[in-house]
Amino acid sequence: MPEVTYLEALRQGLWEEMERDDRVFILGEDVGLYGGAFKVTEGFSQRFGAQRVIDTPISEAAIVGAAAGAAHMGMRPVAEMQFIDFVSCAYDMLTNYVATARYRAGLATPLVVRGPCGGYVRGGPFHSQNPEAAFFHTPGLKIVYPATARDAKGLIKASIRDDDPVLYLEHKWLYRRIKEQLPEGEEIVTPIGEARLAREGTDLSIVTYGATVWKSLEAAEQLEQEDGVAAEVLDLRTLLPMDDAAIMRTVKKTNKVLLVHEDTRTGGVAGEIAARINEQAFEWLDAPIKRVTAHDVPLPYAPTLEDFVLPQTEDIVKAARWLAAY
Amino acid sequence: MASRTRPTTQSPPLPAGLTREQLLGIYRYLRLTRTLEERLTALYRQSKVIGGLFRSLGQEGESVGSAYALERGKNGDILSPLIRNLGSMLVMGARPVEILRQYMAKADGPTRGRELNVHFNDLELGYLGQISHLGDMIPVMAGITLTFKLRGEPRVGLVYIGDGGTSTGTFHEGLNFAAVQRCPLVVIAEYNRWAYSTPPEKQFAVKDLVDKAKGYGVAAATVDGNDVLAVYQATKLAVERARGGAGVQFLEVKTYRRKGHAEHDDQHYEPPDELDWWAKQNDPIDRYVKQLIQHDWVDERELSDVDEHVRVEIDEATDACVDEPLPQGETALPGVYANPRAAERLWFRNL
Repeated sequence: MPEVTYLEALRQGLWEEMERDDRVFILGEDVGLYGGAFKVTEGFSQRFGAQRVIDTPISEAAIVGAAAGAAHMGMRPVAEMQFIDFVSCAYDMLTNYVATARYRAGLATPLVVRGPCGGYVRGGPFHSQNPEAAFFHTPGLKIVYPATARDAKGLIKASIRDDDPVLYLEHKWLYRRIKEQLPEGEEIVTPIGEARLAREGTDLSIVTYGATVWKSLEAAEQLEQEDGVAAEVLDLRTLLPMDDAAIMRTVKKTNKVLLVHEDTRTGGVAGEIAARINEQAFEWLDAPIKRVTAHDVPLPYAPTLEDFVLPQTEDIVKAARWLAAY
Repeated sequence: MASRTRPTTQSPPLPAGLTREQLLGIYRYLRLTRTLEERLTALYRQSKVIGGLFRSLGQEGESVGSAYALERGKNGDILSPLIRNLGSMLVMGARPVEILRQYMAKADGPTRGRELNVHFNDLELGYLGQISHLGDMIPVMAGITLTFKLRGEPRVGLVYIGDGGTSTGTFHEGLNFAAVQRCPLVVIAEYNRWAYSTPPEKQFAVKDLVDKAKGYGVAAATVDGNDVLAVYQATKLAVERARGGAGVQFLEVKTYRRKGHAEHDDQHYEPPDELDWWAKQNDPIDRYVKQLIQHDWVDERELSDVDEHVRVEIDEATDACVDEPLPQGETALPGVYANPRAAERLWFRNL
């Protein structure tokens, strides 16, 4: 069975959907012959032609707006943000136009906006962002954030097939770091809205997504080796709509919960999860819900600064020990 | 004063290749627009219109004339109107009763009480409702017309933008994108002097909107927006060029907004003599009627028959919906997504 990277898995998913459905097309900056800044669309232009792999001006609002118009007409556009940091330039189109279209006007807008997210790569303030919280608050959008190669493939396919607009967040630190054996010829489609139990445990639950799934798994391994603490790790995979049932299942099993994300703390997704646990499983808690997140600063460039600001495996270990001892 | 310059584009000696029936048809849409808006004003004063009321008084000619140049019907052209393009929606087939229901937030309105005024669409008939963020419809229409191009369909899109709207980022991004892709898109830029209370001099540093088109490398022309037939002809030419593969066509229409931004706006910032001049000397319907009569294209009797039919139509449409109920509160929950089908009813509503 061939071993594929997270990036290659994403690429395969896109490729298979382009082959399967001629309504699918890609638009974005440098996605054509150049193959995209991270080479996600390498070879696509040669295979599918310039009409289905469209190089655009540096105009994120126009990219998303044009994708919306095409989606209204029955197409299945996949818009690439060269770095997801630039999706803020399309915030208006996504939140005001795209997200409301079905509700206010009955307009089908099946589009995917995808792009590389995240830090741990010394990218500085504008090539490291995690934008989910800015869109998490918007009814009408779906947000997926795969952590594994299988889900990178399965979620891009599910996102393209979904009848609602999907923000597909892919972590650039995982692009070539994560490898997995994916059987050739197997149709991998990961259902949107379903979390994945990444590791079973009984003492406490770590609820997370994206790159911090791997840091949480490392931490869980260390906790088991050094402390004999069995931490369960839940990979959310989809942030919107959130899999409340899976979250409550793990909370009711371990009675202690640590929420981990790479995004900053204030107004972050962890706050919403904590509120839901409070509302739905308060009696099951044996300890306060704790968060491990980035500090509330723009993400700095210098390795020493970035490492300080972002949550590290060691932070998760320490926080989990605190919770285990509570 | 630049805004008082008499029109330079004269109507043709023959009526733009239009038949008598078509000339009367255009007149009907003009009269329908104005009468419908007058009815809405009455309903607004009776507090039956829930939100603001936006008049297109003085701009009916450019809305109707431009839309009339499109291919209508299933798989025809698609336009995206702004708040002062009610006339264009009526031309494409929107029914007065839908407009009335929408303004009065009725349960049976086209958006079932979810959206206001002319913010609704019927892509089968060929109109896509705007959102309030000016400029946003240009990228969207770029995507719609890009799709026409990708599929090889001989269809054209038309999008309206006001003088103030041309200051937005999405206007720039959308127009540039469409120009680069050579989308079959006609952009009607309405120079109507007022963006809420802001005059063009505070909006942009070019003299005319058509000057902006040069920066995008798109073909551009200017037309007297209060000469219905001139607008029709200029748009027809632009539509034919766009359909023929010549890319984006930019048409500036010179007109004047004769009411405030919305009905609440007392227009104190507008020179009264200027308003008066446009009302008395340059009303698009008056001018059109004069043309029709002077050239003997139709007789006055036919026009008064149209007026009477329109009055009856608006009366009937009003009677049909004015006492209809508003939507039930809980109908607010479904339809945010295709799946899940409805938003959750919050717990405190079940206490």
